[in-house]
Amino acid sequence: MELFLQQALSGVATGGIYALMALALVMIFQAIRHLNFAQGEMAMFSTFIAWQLLAWGLPYWLAFVLAVALSFLGGALIGRLVFLPIRNAPVLSHIAVFVALLLIFNSLAGFIWDFSIKPFPSPFGTAPLFGGLIGAHQAGMLLVILVVVAFLFWFLRFTRIGLALRAAAANPESARLVGIKVDRMMALGWGMASAIGAVAGIMIAPVVFLEPNMMLSILLYGFAGAVLGGLSSPGGAVLGGFIVGVAENLAGTYVPVVGHELKLPIALFLIVAVLVVRPEGLFGRGTVERV
Amino acid sequence: MTTLLKVRGLEASYGDLTVLRRLDFDLLEGGATTLLGANGAGKTTTLRALTGMTRRSGEIVFDGTSITRMSTEQIVRLKVAHVPEGRGTLTAFSVEENLKLGAITRPSGREIAADMERVYGHFPVLKARRRQQAGTLSGGEQQMLAIGRALMLRPRLMLLDEPSFGLAPAIVAGLLEMLDRVRREDGVSLLIVEQNVELALGIADHACVLETGRIVKAGTSEAIRADADVRRAYLGY
Amino acid sequence: MSRAALFIGLGLVAVAVALPSLAGPFLVFQLTQVLVYAIAILGLNMLTGISGQFSLGHGAFFAIGAYAAAIAIDTCGLGYGWALPLAGIVCFVAGLLFGLPALRLEGIYLALATFVLAVAAPQIFKLSLLEGWTGGVQGVFIAKPEAPFGLPLSGDQWLYFLVLTVGLVLYWTARNLVRSRSGRALLAIRENPVAARAMGIDLSLYKALAFAVSALYTGVAGVLSALTVQFVAPDSFTFVLSIALLVGVVVGGVGWLPGALVGGAFIVFVPNVAEDVSKGLSGAVYGIMLILLIYLMPTGVGGLVGRIAARTSRSRT
Repeated sequence: MELFLQQALSGVATGGIYALMALALVMIFQAIRHLNFAQGEMAMFSTFIAWQLLAWGLPYWLAFVLAVALSFLGGALIGRLVFLPIRNAPVLSHIAVFVALLLIFNSLAGFIWDFSIKPFPSPFGTAPLFGGLIGAHQAGMLLVILVVVAFLFWFLRFTRIGLALRAAAANPESARLVGIKVDRMMALGWGMASAIGAVAGIMIAPVVFLEPNMMLSILLYGFAGAVLGGLSSPGGAVLGGFIVGVAENLAGTYVPVVGHELKLPIALFLIVAVLVVRPEGLFGRGTVERV
Repeated sequence: MTTLLKVRGLEASYGDLTVLRRLDFDLLEGGATTLLGANGAGKTTTLRALTGMTRRSGEIVFDGTSITRMSTEQIVRLKVAHVPEGRGTLTAFSVEENLKLGAITRPSGREIAADMERVYGHFPVLKARRRQQAGTLSGGEQQMLAIGRALMLRPRLMLLDEPSFGLAPAIVAGLLEMLDRVRREDGVSLLIVEQNVELALGIADHACVLETGRIVKAGTSEAIRADADVRRAYLGY
Repeated sequence: MSRAALFIGLGLVAVAVALPSLAGPFLVFQLTQVLVYAIAILGLNMLTGISGQFSLGHGAFFAIGAYAAAIAIDTCGLGYGWALPLAGIVCFVAGLLFGLPALRLEGIYLALATFVLAVAAPQIFKLSLLEGWTGGVQGVFIAKPEAPFGLPLSGDQWLYFLVLTVGLVLYWTARNLVRSRSGRALLAIRENPVAARAMGIDLSLYKALAFAVSALYTGVAGVLSALTVQFVAPDSFTFVLSIALLVGVVVGGVGWLPGALVGGAFIVFVPNVAEDVSKGLSGAVYGIMLILLIYLMPTGVGGLVGRIAARTSRSRT
């Protein structure tokens, strides 16, 4: 029983990482109805920017805010320049462009900052809290997750601009007919997703250490978590991320013989099984279309 | 009365296919014009061309501003509402959210809430279903929602593509009466595409008849109704 | 098929047959790889282009084919001629088994499910449990096939012609499949699933079959790859391969079968070009080239060809 709890808690800790990534993915999905495979690499690149600002001597929170702001601007720019021109192309062409962005950011990061592993500081420290149950950084991460989820939920459900953004993504033509500047909403969505990605990367880097390939597997887990939670719900995405973390750890511990080596595929398989039963995700709102 | 909408030499095409050929017509402020014609005559295309949803050329002037080069959202922000063919309902959103979206370009405030109550007053069934997902509404209810959404803009000009489509006759009568009231009380000018000629001529004061992309007849409703060709082609006697 | 297309096709085949005598052994090897990937992309294109479904996981079937060949030849001592149909059957069954439940999912959710496949495949082949068969992390070496019947061809040249022949047969079969009743049923499903079902088409069966056939093609490509490279190891079949195949489909043009050749050439040669341009930034250069290509041809080479064909037919009328 103790092993179970331990593994479950450890899973919650890693799940926090996946939850943050899942949030960025939900945001981009709300903006463009696609999952941007490059979101992880963009988050990694933002984290490197933060690292560089810290290396230049800026205090932590200034570097944090600056990195997030630059990521917002950069993301909006990329959405406008790279994605907008091909918006009407078939879905697969979009995927190819996301792949291209992934390669570009990964390669650029390695070129500018090389592939060596760098430590990244945490603003919360590393002391264990509550008698070793959870580390200070993990606790801080959970707090950050809470703040971001609350913000996203409020923004998407309760503000007019959030409504406009969702409408622009769901039905661009109808959105235009109520006067929404659809292209601007899309750029906003990209910017916000990149900003959230930056926050995710900066929170994750102290745990997994900073290097250009750090986000590749986290993107996978984040993707799984977001889809599991249902892509219309930030809260669902976060829960999905936590479930993935726990499932992965438990699979590694309890599935005989192959558990440890097949942690990732087993966790993902479980998620797919859930989706086959409930195709819109755990908390997704299924849309009814009358024929 | 001033001319609200002036159209000269309007041409529109889908790819290589020219659908509208050199249309000319005017709409006076506070007036109601109906576009009549058989299927495929170009009525829907005309509305789409006016709001920038298709490739078009020529001259379109709305309230003194040339809108020929403007994007759809820019035209809408000039207070031109378009209730499209197919209604354009945002199906995944609630009825209330659809209506809120209608007013999304207006500054927020109590006026919007008041307008929403007025729309519910016109269409009580929408109030009953206000939290329901719009995609679950029947065709007729979605039509009402689309019109309500257009009204939330507080438009000066409203383009309606077959507003009676899918509605039971009793409801259609009420709808047209409501549109007429909106025109008289709120000064909203109307441009209506309708298959039901009798109905259309009842509410409009002017009419244009389209045939294969050209206006073949235009005039007041009385003149058009009295016209022998129109009677034979569209009214069956 | 129009006469122009027929002549172009035959011309290409003639060039293809003549090439090995003109090119050095490394180029022949690269061209063989282009053909191998073209077959894999052909399989994926049949799935995405015709039945409109996604797969981020076709690298897994490529791997299954390659390992089936490796096991058949190395462990069971069978000739490579047997490996081809054997791997084909295994992949077909695997595709069917995966397809039946997974194809209840749509869009993003199906993408995730196929993604799981892509990620799971290399991990499964690395398993210590299966090491006796798969050679674990180190992989399996296969002897290089020699030209049969004492033909005056080098090993590389023989492999080239083998892959070319298999490729042509598979292409011809694919074209016929697409035009058959089943092919039309799949197109109907892609265009309007609700209407298709109302017409009595059994959606899950057709979609699963389409997936299985597509897996078969990619699996056969995997076998040919194993023979060409003579080495099969888990890290050759990571999720990067699945992505590369998808890129190949997009570049060639979704739904345009001959595009598979263009796609294959892209994913074999462009990375080398990118590295020549800048060793440190080769990934970025590749990415930029890919983005430029999508801008200029959002629907791939197939889309471009379609537009040109439409324009020339219109100018003729």
